[in-house]
Amino acid sequence: MGSCCGGIDLRFLRTTLTLGSAVLATLALGACAPSDSTGFSPRLSAVRSRGVLLCGVNGKLPGFSFVDASGTYRGLDVDICRAVAAATLGNPERVDYRELNPAERFAALASGEVDLLSRNTSYSLSREARGGNNLSFAPVVFYDGQGMLVPQGSGIQQLRDLQGKTICVISGTTSELNLANSLRQKGITYTPLKYQTADQAFASYLQGRCAAISSDRSGLAAKRSSFPDPAAHRVLPALMSKEPLAPASSKADPAWADVLRWTIYALFQAEELGISRSTLDARLAEARADPNQADLRRFLGVEGDFGRQLGLAPDFVVQVIRATGHYGEIFARNVGMGSPIRLERGLNQPWSQGGLLVSPPFR
Amino acid sequence: MGAPVPWWRHRRLLPWLVQGVAGLGLLVLTAAVVTNLVRNLSHAGMLLSWRWLGTPAGFDLGESLIPFDASKPYWLALVSGLLNTLRVVAAGLVGSTLVGTAVGVASFSSNILLQRLARLYVALIRNSPLLMQLLFWYFIVFLSLPADQAAIQLPGLVLCRSGLYLIQPHLHLGQWQAHLQLSIEFMALFTGLVIYSGAFIAEVVRGGIASVPQGQWEAARALGLKPPQILRTIVLPQALRVIVPGLNNQYISLAKNSSLALACGYSDLYSVAETSLNQTGRAVEVVLLVLGSYLLIDLLISALMNGLNAFVQIKER
Repeated sequence: MGSCCGGIDLRFLRTTLTLGSAVLATLALGACAPSDSTGFSPRLSAVRSRGVLLCGVNGKLPGFSFVDASGTYRGLDVDICRAVAAATLGNPERVDYRELNPAERFAALASGEVDLLSRNTSYSLSREARGGNNLSFAPVVFYDGQGMLVPQGSGIQQLRDLQGKTICVISGTTSELNLANSLRQKGITYTPLKYQTADQAFASYLQGRCAAISSDRSGLAAKRSSFPDPAAHRVLPALMSKEPLAPASSKADPAWADVLRWTIYALFQAEELGISRSTLDARLAEARADPNQADLRRFLGVEGDFGRQLGLAPDFVVQVIRATGHYGEIFARNVGMGSPIRLERGLNQPWSQGGLLVSPPFR
Repeated sequence: MGAPVPWWRHRRLLPWLVQGVAGLGLLVLTAAVVTNLVRNLSHAGMLLSWRWLGTPAGFDLGESLIPFDASKPYWLALVSGLLNTLRVVAAGLVGSTLVGTAVGVASFSSNILLQRLARLYVALIRNSPLLMQLLFWYFIVFLSLPADQAAIQLPGLVLCRSGLYLIQPHLHLGQWQAHLQLSIEFMALFTGLVIYSGAFIAEVVRGGIASVPQGQWEAARALGLKPPQILRTIVLPQALRVIVPGLNNQYISLAKNSSLALACGYSDLYSVAETSLNQTGRAVEVVLLVLGSYLLIDLLISALMNGLNAFVQIKER
């Protein structure tokens, strides 16, 4: 044990000696980091001293996480990473994205290679339980369901028409399990064809190797938008499962899970209170001027110490909203009707408008 | 004569002592690694457990040599994956040996075209990554085959985008069926492995033949033997002594390379293991099982090849 840490110290020392500026930076970090994160979360301290958030993403799913034409990551999952970076580091740009495939994602989290997973991952019992994948899930950021994409002219109208057909699926995902479950219930026999990556599965589907491809409906819609002829394919109306997609972190650090949880709740709460990127400054001024707006003042960190209770800056909510806007803005920008993905809000609306998004009170 | 030899210079004691200390060190190191692993795993709530093997897998397999569906347990899924791996490895060993021998011999042909083609094949295949080749065979060659309705039909053989159908192929509800069906995923993996390993084996065979002294050829020619006879009765038996140990390496890497099956959707051991790993979260156990299986396959191949080696070497006089 002692020898291992000694080695790291030595390397650390050598680096700091070579880079004079690094010494100053380290001292500056060292001066402020321990005082407000000791006793909180080791992961939060690690993120602070590293100065950058390691976020595991899909990287190949338009609308959720993908690299756009200018070479920057965009999408709903990416905005969650940015929100967490804004909350913890005060800067949404300080994120290192790690592209993970379905098979790698949980191991990367368990080994600490990434700080959080924001990668269209379904929340389920076996993934949370200690005897299963042992993950800690943040609130659901997208309510999805598994669907089936078929070519428009194939004559397949419902699941029953898939009898005896070959269906492409991505290996190691819940969709593989749901496909087996829901088709077995209906007594439909089929041949699954499994691929390690979504790219391979969709390439094979487009080449006509399988009659249909099954995945989360949002993912199907997103991938379809990048097809040569999106109109030639349709998502069947049948819903085969519920897929609540949620960010996840390691169970080893409950305080870090709290940081993720309340960062996301802040996005929901901001939408409920109508605090968007454009109205933020006005609402902040309003809160500062009017001591009677207790809820708003506490939410925006004008009074109270909610940020500090989490080990964050007092105004972390302001940082988050300034970085990404509230949840509604994130949704509209990435996957909403105005985006190429064109998804309805559906269940992904605030509870006050008939959706499932709700934040516990900030008090 | 003189003082007795001190114990630290004792000729018989010293080697034992060195070995003992080295062995003890190894034991301590292993114990440290294992206890560290167990401690960290239990700390992370991931102590080894094998109970999950008996629970229903819940997923289906694309192809299986034994009856399998989602209600069968994990261990049966893994066995089915192992059988699929063995099938492609066994077929690949035979195929790549045939291709490799043919190409290796062809590189000594007096026919310049044949000889140059053999060298070109080796240079082209040996110098590009196997994964790229598998993706090429699957996505570019096999997936471009005509659909079921427009299948390529030959007597006793049907080839289309869903697979290769041998022995009495017939259409059933718009889909081909036959006594022997090979999916194109299998075909792509098999072709890729055979072509890739064949290039390496060709080089081993070429090296073996080149190792037979020129004088042997000349002597055989002087006796009036024809080239095919020389190859069969004089050169190859001597070349085998050089070829067999080299083949062992190629066979072992072919078995390991078969785990790239996932790139072309074939349900081999690794593919099944990956799904099991994801669904159970039992990473350490699954990886141990997979490692153990590949180790066993490779040890088996090695044992067989060592036997063959002893058989060809015994004629040395």
